[in-house]
Amino acid sequence: MIYRLEISPRTGMDDPAGHAIQRKAKSILSYDLAKVDTAEILTIDANVDRKAAEEVLKEIVNPVLQGGLIGAREDRNFDWFISIGFLAGVTDNVSRTAREAIRDIIGRPLTDDEKVYSSREYFVSSAKLKKSDLEHIAKDLLANVLIQSLTIMSFEDWKHNGSPINIPEFVVTDEPKVDFINIDVSDDELMEISNSKTLALQLDEMQAIRDYAINNNDPRREELGLKGKLTDAELECLAQSWSEHCSHKIFAADIEYTDGEGKVEKINSLYKSYIKKATFEIDEQVDWLVSVFHDNAGVITFNEKYDLAFKLETHNSPSALDPYGGAMTGIVGVNRDIMGTGTGAEMLVNVWGYCLGSPFVDEQEVPEGLHHPRRIRDGVHQGVIEGGNQSGIPYGLGWEYFDARYIGKPLVYCGTVGILPHKQHGKSASLKTIETGDVIVMVGGRIGKDGIHGATFSSEELHKDSPVAAVQIGDPITQKKAADFLYEARDADLYRFVTDNGAGGLSSSIGEMATECNGCYVDLAKAPLKYAGLQPWEIFVSEAQERMSFAVPTDKIEAFLALAEQRDVEAAVLGEFNDSGKCHLIYNDLTVAFLDLDFMHGGNPKLQLKAKWDAPVFEEIPEEFDSEISDDIHELLASLNLCSSEYKSRQYDHEVKALSVIKPFIGVEADVDSDATVFMAEPMTQEGFVLSCGIAPSYSDIDTYHMTASVIDMCLRRVVAVGGSIEKVAGLDNFCWPDPVESAKTPDGQYKLAQLVRSNQALYDYCKAFTLPCISGKDSMKNDSTRGGKKISIPPTLLFSVIAPMMDVSKSVTLSSKRAGDYVYIIGETFAELGGSQYASLKGYVGNNVPKVNAEEAKKIYKQIHKATDAELVHSLHAPVFGGLAAAFARKSIAGRLGMDIDINLIPSDDLSETEILFSESNSRLIATVAPDKAEQFEEQMKGLSFAKVGLVTLDDEVVIRQGKHIVAALNLENLVKSYKKTLDGV
Amino acid sequence: MSRVKALIITGLGLNCEKETAVAFEAAGATASKIHLNDLLNDPSKLNDYHILAFIGGFSFGDHLGSGTVLANRIKHGLRAELEQFIESGKLIIGICNGFQAMTRLGIVPSLKGLFNQEVALQHNDCGTFRDNWVTLKVEEESQCIFTKGIHVLPVPIRHGEGKFVAMDEETLNQLEEGGHVCLRYADPVSLEPTQEFPLNPNGAQNSIAGICDKSGRVFGLMPHPEAYISPFNHPHWTQQKINGTLPEEGLGMQIFRNAVHFAETELL
Repeated sequence: MIYRLEISPRTGMDDPAGHAIQRKAKSILSYDLAKVDTAEILTIDANVDRKAAEEVLKEIVNPVLQGGLIGAREDRNFDWFISIGFLAGVTDNVSRTAREAIRDIIGRPLTDDEKVYSSREYFVSSAKLKKSDLEHIAKDLLANVLIQSLTIMSFEDWKHNGSPINIPEFVVTDEPKVDFINIDVSDDELMEISNSKTLALQLDEMQAIRDYAINNNDPRREELGLKGKLTDAELECLAQSWSEHCSHKIFAADIEYTDGEGKVEKINSLYKSYIKKATFEIDEQVDWLVSVFHDNAGVITFNEKYDLAFKLETHNSPSALDPYGGAMTGIVGVNRDIMGTGTGAEMLVNVWGYCLGSPFVDEQEVPEGLHHPRRIRDGVHQGVIEGGNQSGIPYGLGWEYFDARYIGKPLVYCGTVGILPHKQHGKSASLKTIETGDVIVMVGGRIGKDGIHGATFSSEELHKDSPVAAVQIGDPITQKKAADFLYEARDADLYRFVTDNGAGGLSSSIGEMATECNGCYVDLAKAPLKYAGLQPWEIFVSEAQERMSFAVPTDKIEAFLALAEQRDVEAAVLGEFNDSGKCHLIYNDLTVAFLDLDFMHGGNPKLQLKAKWDAPVFEEIPEEFDSEISDDIHELLASLNLCSSEYKSRQYDHEVKALSVIKPFIGVEADVDSDATVFMAEPMTQEGFVLSCGIAPSYSDIDTYHMTASVIDMCLRRVVAVGGSIEKVAGLDNFCWPDPVESAKTPDGQYKLAQLVRSNQALYDYCKAFTLPCISGKDSMKNDSTRGGKKISIPPTLLFSVIAPMMDVSKSVTLSSKRAGDYVYIIGETFAELGGSQYASLKGYVGNNVPKVNAEEAKKIYKQIHKATDAELVHSLHAPVFGGLAAAFARKSIAGRLGMDIDINLIPSDDLSETEILFSESNSRLIATVAPDKAEQFEEQMKGLSFAKVGLVTLDDEVVIRQGKHIVAALNLENLVKSYKKTLDGV
Repeated sequence: MSRVKALIITGLGLNCEKETAVAFEAAGATASKIHLNDLLNDPSKLNDYHILAFIGGFSFGDHLGSGTVLANRIKHGLRAELEQFIESGKLIIGICNGFQAMTRLGIVPSLKGLFNQEVALQHNDCGTFRDNWVTLKVEEESQCIFTKGIHVLPVPIRHGEGKFVAMDEETLNQLEEGGHVCLRYADPVSLEPTQEFPLNPNGAQNSIAGICDKSGRVFGLMPHPEAYISPFNHPHWTQQKINGTLPEEGLGMQIFRNAVHFAETELL
């Protein structure tokens, strides 16, 4: 029987969902909708009687707020009707929850043949609107037609037809089978195969696969009927393993680099030559690196009981297609990385950051085929908000950076800090093994067509006819249940190895696990599917979410499966690990793949690339402009890269787990974003850690070497600014680059690759200088768009993030001015470095003098400042970054709601213009406020550094910036608050 | 080991078990975290405890309305035991998602008897999930056991569905007159109840943040006292430290201390 349950706000009650749509239609699309009523629909297609269906309805309806009926309400009055459901095969989280509720009510679980679907209906009153307006509202506000179905009807049509019945059943068309690929073909045909199957494999890679298949004399292949052949699954599996996403081809390439003087250097892998090299050299000097690079996250020691894990990922391409789903799978995906670190780390804190186009950009400027940046921004935030909040993980750092070049591709960074026992069951919890005979178990969500080719499609156009395959939908609750199960099983020692299923799905997780003991045997017919009709190769490469893969010893498998069942977590035995040297896949009695693991993980030829650096020269920034300094400061504070992002940030949970010490927003009104944040590792304790990050894409336009030095310095400076120390800091590097491989599409590839080389050189130089090892990292290398006939490449963007253990969080400091009468100090020198600054950009310039870093001087400053915070000598500390000192004075004053009086003549610097002193973004500087009775001690502590007392915190409602007696700017505090908050308030 | 036993129900998307357990332990109880499915396998276990905590989180993803599916599962598997627990005078606290589930179950305020829904937590007026600290004024006339002796409580809220709404005017009047309202969102300076956003973050009727049943032993609230158990949780602690007003422990601990103290004196 099919029952249609319609639930909507009861008469006289508000319709909050309807109001939200009215607000958005007005603010985003400029439509005035008189009224929007909404209804939630559950369509139950199951073998239950009407009485049971009525009981289900009764239990679901909230009698205080809602009314409901089986069938459809007919007494509605409106002008337009919109119905939105999911397309066949798309993950429908509400329906999955409804199945659980129905199970509790009818006393039995629904069978696989019994279906539940959720959908939403909107009844819009606005007589003037035409059908095309409704389509605009539906497609650009309410639905994503890639994954959702859409019906729009006029009132008359609805009266005549009634509400549609939403049963998007997935129709099985094919029996599972294995296809052989005709690989013994010409080079042109090889590329045709790669392109038509979205494999993103290059010619030399296709040739290597051809040679492997044709010339393979392995007698086992012959026995299995594979001699001279290649299966579809084998080809797909190799494409996943060898994808840029999974094997980091550009970072592994041989590069011939020509520097600015024409000197040529051969670089054998950027990754090995700079990133790994720095870390391994530092590992010789420090004793706190536990696990770097090889696991899903980097691990460092914390205290006697615990280690800390940290990992950051990007999810750019999926977020460009479906901002909400793409970003949600970004956060829950990186959560799984932590779950799969060591024998399973617990998630403590999430971090996020987005590089976006301006939400206010004119629609005409967005190339056809791309979402408007505002829609991307709203969707990305909502996805990470729901993913993080529903998983019960607070956020620790969050930021947005805006540049018109991110219209082509948004960057969506998501990261997670985890904690795991230092030792468990007599061994390090960071080490894990697999032994021959261990059982392969997949746990969590089911496999569908979602995310097939996710790892390979990033540089490809989306196939319009296969939408469900392109987008993944996250299901945080299924994952939360799987995580709770994982920790219980870990503590009970029920498995030996765990890793997550991310890009490449099982092909990646099991493929990599198999290298631990050198072989695996998998029956793909045993994998739980969302619906029938998946081909074996699709099962193997699907990136359907919420899944972890385990290696379970045979004597523990029974207990492992029993616990999973008791926790409502699905676990399926897929096969076993062995030492055959092969990845052997079957589907019932079909042979699906029989690949040498060596070839899977090392058979792809290395890229050979050229890079040439040619330093760009930009117009110099004039020393003076017509504008008033005070207006410039207001404009800067209101600009997208400096203004408050509190409205969106407060939609993320900051507080769950009771660990937050220095929160993302601080100050009297808690409305200024903190330099860095501090968390306890366990509730009600005093041992914790600092999180900070740095990003400065505008510096990349001048020189990525100094951009990289600056972001590393930014991280450390921000750690020190909240009271942390630079003695033990671990870093994560996340490179997002435009395509740096020279081709017809990318004629400037050699320059872009040189930018990447220089960034890596700086990474090595400064990580070494600061004894700052990178413990994990990731790269995303094809962030270009050619949609609408216009090529847009992102600026080279490096996000550097750090974690620094802090053994007494009670020594933490915030940036807000605390007391009138306190002295204001500046530590560190200001240089003529307006190049790439936010001020330069405000004035329409780039400039050439990009901020540089003197690591030796910086280290001295950070160590001495830390001694001062450790001795509790400062009331506040702030690291000036974007907007320079001027913005920093304003931010301190806004946060403390106190005035300030500053004489810029006293600022340590050498013959600079007013604008250079106020707006240069010179590195390694800090601003402190110190109580007069601690000033002497503080100055003693700063000895040997370039520092000066430059003013006072005042009770006035003004920030006064003077040059001797001449007042440069007098800024009313209330107006500063307005400028800082108005831009993104409510947006 | 303390003789006061607190049960914290976990699993299915709930997520505040760790800090809630730490709070109860710090207040002197023994806290057990038990998965709801395990409790449903052996409902009589509930009888072993003096305090039951329905914690915060996103049970079943808030799909079909916050607390709905969790309440449904409890109602179908634990109804008799829960009724007995309440009737024997034991304590129940529901925080955020736990409070939402309790209203769906109809065990608070329970004006017309148990398992009868009379109030609800609607979507916030601001239209979004919201995280910020609020000031709660305690209604000192209320019979609530958990809020005894507290005047003002700074705590964070973090929810999307937290607007307190009563079934009708009559219900609201009974709540007010019967001492059921124990916590209200208030202006931090005047301490007057407020409807002003974000001081009242969701637009709750009569600024109501927490209520109890007529015995004062069954208590639900939207804000999170378990998120203010360390003095360093407070957003202004660095200023408090300079001013010399930093408390020794987070003020949210008072709620848990009250509960454990009551159980020690009345339930052992």
